Parts: sequence; structure tokens; C-alpha cells
Amino acid sequence: MAKDSNTSSTGMLGWIDERFPLSSFIKNHLTGYYAPKNFNFWYFFGALALFVFVMQILTGIFLTMHYKPSAAEAFASVEYIMRDVSFGWLIRYMHSTGSSLFFVVIYLHMFRGLMYGSYRKPRELLWLFGVFIFLLLMAEAFFGYLLPWGQMSYWGAQVIVNLFTSVPFIGADLAEWVRGDYLVSDATLNRFFAFHVIALPLALAGLIFGHLIALHEVGSNNPDGIEIKDLKDKKTGIPLDGIPFHPYYTVKDLVGLSVFLIVFASIIFFAPEMGGYFLEANNFVPANPLVTPDHIAPVWYFTPFYSILRAVPPLFNSQFPGVAAMGLSVLIFFLVPWLDKSKVRSIRYKGALYKKWLSTFVISFIVLGYLGTVPSNIWGQFYNVIPIIGGKDVATIIARIFTITYFLFFILMPIYSSKDTTKPVPKRVRM
Amino acid sequence: MTDENKKIDLNRRKFLLTATSVTGAIGVSAAGIPFVSSMLPSEKAKAAGAAVEVDVAGIKSGELKVSEWRGQPVWILNRSDAMIKKLDNNKELADPDLKVISQQPKYCQNKTRSIKSNLLVVVGICTHLGCAPSPKLSPKGDMGSEWEGGFFCPCHGSKFDLAGRVFKGSPAPTNLVVPPHKYINENTVLIGEDQEGVA
Repeated sequence: MAKDSNTSSTGMLGWIDERFPLSSFIKNHLTGYYAPKNFNFWYFFGALALFVFVMQILTGIFLTMHYKPSAAEAFASVEYIMRDVSFGWLIRYMHSTGSSLFFVVIYLHMFRGLMYGSYRKPRELLWLFGVFIFLLLMAEAFFGYLLPWGQMSYWGAQVIVNLFTSVPFIGADLAEWVRGDYLVSDATLNRFFAFHVIALPLALAGLIFGHLIALHEVGSNNPDGIEIKDLKDKKTGIPLDGIPFHPYYTVKDLVGLSVFLIVFASIIFFAPEMGGYFLEANNFVPANPLVTPDHIAPVWYFTPFYSILRAVPPLFNSQFPGVAAMGLSVLIFFLVPWLDKSKVRSIRYKGALYKKWLSTFVISFIVLGYLGTVPSNIWGQFYNVIPIIGGKDVATIIARIFTITYFLFFILMPIYSSKDTTKPVPKRVRM
Repeated sequence: MTDENKKIDLNRRKFLLTATSVTGAIGVSAAGIPFVSSMLPSEKAKAAGAAVEVDVAGIKSGELKVSEWRGQPVWILNRSDAMIKKLDNNKELADPDLKVISQQPKYCQNKTRSIKSNLLVVVGICTHLGCAPSPKLSPKGDMGSEWEGGFFCPCHGSKFDLAGRVFKGSPAPTNLVVPPHKYINENTVLIGEDQEGVA
């Protein structure tokens, strides 16, 4: 009999267990999956990200029932959802707010990983899965942003697809292939719809599954960065500092979820446009290929990377360096597990040097993020005293400085993480 | 059992495995071609991207006409003599000598970047990231006292002169694109096609 030795259920469950590993799955991944007992606030965001993912899929399905992916009808069909479909406004706002909050929880989730060294051996692959998810999530958000077919949708897509033209040699053909036309058009909208509603969600679901499998193979890290599997109860083999995921963390995550839902509902009902940060004003104007809005800015979650793109001046009559820098600013996250040479995992036992660099990175990210939302002449210009390559805008120069510090956080990591003074790590986790 | 094992020709097995994998990979790539090609511009899109005829007779001196080719705005600017004279002042330009030859056809590789010295035909899309710059043809105005007339891109502040040449310090790396075009008679320009054929 293919019966799991750990479970011996009778009745209906027994019948299933003889044919499908239901009880053993629940035991292995929930009731018998031991997680460190010292999880704090920062450990809510993984579960929240999963929740938002499911919610985006569900609201997305219902939006697809009313949305029309054609250049002639897309804008009007979104307005139709907002005005005529019963509760359409709610579903649409849940979806648009959900996308912004997805990035909020993902950024906090990633920051948690950086703080507590959750990417360190043996969790490198877990981290790589995560960075892949982040990359696809950015693509998913980008494709989705074209669908309302407003001015900002249109010109945002125009700018980003044009980035491909700067790729040496094949650039122009590549951009044409992505658009399926000589400009962003009906063909582009239709394929972006296909990517947004099926290709990427499917890939994301697969990667999230892989992320969780990898997590349950190596077990969660914790704020102390101590391996709880190193110290097990001799009789039971259960980690001394571990508690079962269910019911302890399922219940705790429900508290986090409640707080999240309060924030989420407040935004949906009181500020769904979030002052133009979640839904931009220009996107309430239908797309017009012949008129560019006065100020083009991506949605807030792309602005740090967009700032990096703008900050790098064109070299050799090509804007490729800027595009490459923007790409690297995301891809560099893949290298983090091998850049950190510190003796300890968690920031709790790392020295002042690491804390300074992490703070520098966070400040760079936030300043670049802000600058990406505003025109580059926002802070005026320098006087003609010093010659500066590629413009005299104060904001551009500031963006350049923070672009450099953004990259230095990663590039210098092997040096400062090995030089840093560390504190001794205790054997057991602290609560 | 051991006798049979000895008979196994491992080299033959390796060869077959490699040959099967390579053939399979070629098959899979070949099967991918239709899917990749399906994303290229369709025949309909290509037809819509054909050359367009524009009547230039009605454009008064110093005026700009916007026509559309491949969904992009194409500016036809009838420059006055004073405007043409300003093109001599090229100190602040990033590429006054038109070194980036991809930005204009050979027959526009001249001082005015045009076939007829007064008529500028240029794609009104910024070479930075593809926004549509605004014509700021008259000097000064909201562009400041040093402005002599040209084009300004509102997205990231690129500036171009009256021949679509980019000013130093702009985010745009190159001059605006002059599309292939030819005059089929005195007053009609065909955009998208020239002596050398269709673009």
C-alpha cells in the first residue's frame, strides 16, 4: 500500500491518503513544518505578497470579462467597467491598487532579505527564484499598464519599447518585433494583453511554486540569521527554536493580513488614485500617438530604475549605456549571495560599516525613486561655472550621484562586508 | 546479464543520444519560427506603413505642417530665409557635421538637411526615448532669451534647431531623423520612398 507511514487516517481522509498524499502534505508543509519562533514584523510580507498575487489573478479574471484589448475600444471599455459594470469600479480599483501594493510588499520583502542575510548559503537559489519573480513582476506590471490605453499607458510603452532600439545592431528590428508595428498600436496592445493575462501570470505561478519549494527545502531564515536546524531536540528531531507553521504562523499572518486589508481598503475607498501616484492623471486621456504629454513618468514603483536610465548621459551618440545601467540595476540583485562575504548573516551581528552602506542604498533608492517622478529641471540648473557632461540640471547631477552610490552598495559589498567588525552570534535565537 | 552488458556499445549509444538531441533541438527551433514570425509587423501593418504623398504648396514661409507616416508625426517646415541663415550658427550643436549618417539619407547630408533648402522634412519624434517634441519656431518666448527657434521635447528637455539638429547637453544622443523622401513634382513630396526604393 502506498500509504504514508506518518499518517494513518480512516474514513474519507484515509481513502484519499491512499491515493493522494494529502495528510502528509499538510504535515510536511503546515502542521509539521517548523519555522523559527522569532519571526518579527518583517516576516509578514512574503505571505502578503502571495495574498496580493492571488487577489490580482482573481480581480484580473473578472476585469477580463469586460475589457476589450483593441486600440479602438480599450479606453472606453475601462470607462465602461468604471461606470456601467456592477461593482466594476471596485474590482478595477482593487486591481490597480493591488499592483502598487504588490510592489510595496515585494520591496519590503526584499529589504528584509537584505537585512537578515536571507540570501546566504544555503538559500542562494531561494533568492534567485525571488529575483526572477521580481523581474517578471516588473514585466507583468509594464504590460498591464498599457491596457487602459490612456496617454500615459501609450507613451510609457513607447518610451520603454524604444529602449530596445538602442541595443547595438539589432535594436530597430527588435523594437519592431516587440511592437508588431512601426509604432505602439493595436497589434502591440493585443499582444501585451496576451502577455499580461496568461503568459506572465502562468510563469509567475510556476516561479512562486519554485520559490516556496526552495524555501521549504532549506527552511526560513530569521532575524538572528541563526540556523535553527543546527540545534534539534535529541528525541524528536524538532528544532529547539522552531514552532509549527500552522497554527502559529497562519494565525499570526492573519493579523498581518488584517492590518494590510485596512490599509488596502482605505486606499481603494478614499484615495484610489493616490494623488496621481497609483493612477496618473494623464491616463484619463485616451492614447494619442501624435501628442506626447508634457511630462512622462512611469508609475512610482519603476521610478528608481527610470531615474538611473535618465541619469546616465549618452555616450558615443548612443543611449545604450543608460539602458544597460538600468538593466544592471535590477540584474545586480542576482549576485548578492556571492557578494556578501561577511562572517554573519543578520544585520543584528554585522558592524557599523554594513549598516552605513545599507542605509546609503535605501536613501539612494528613495531619492532616485522621487526624482523619477518629477521633470529633470525640478531643482533648477547650475550656473555656467563648471562644465558638466550632458546637462546642467541640478536634479540630474543629484540622480547621478545616487546612481553611483546605488551601484557602490553592490560593487563594494565584498570589501566592506569582509572588513566589517561583527558581533558574536548566540547559539539560540533571541525573542 | 553481465554478458549482455558487455555487448552494449557505449559509443554508439552516445552517438545516438547526441544525434537525437540535436535533431530534436533543430526541430523545436524550426517549430518556433512561425511563432516568432507571427509577432513581426503583419501585412496589414506593412500596408498601413506605405509611403504617403503630401502637398507642400500650401505651407507658407515660416510655417509647419504635420503629416503622418507610419503613425509617426512628420514635420514639413517651410523655412524662411532668416531661419535658414540661423543654421550657420552651429557652435552649440552636438553633431553639426552630421557625422551620425543614420539620421538622414545621403541626399540630405547637407547644411540644411533637406532636398530643397527651405523645406525641412523630419520625423517629429525625439531620438532620446520617442516622445513628440513641440515646435518652438519663433525666437525667445517661453524658451528664454537665448532661444533662436527650433524644437523642444517636453519629456526630458532635449532641444533641436530648425534643421532638427540636437543641441549639446540634451538627453537625445542624435539629430532628429530625416525620413527617406522625394519630390514627385514641384509641390508634392512622397514620404517613405526615394530614388533608392521603399524604406
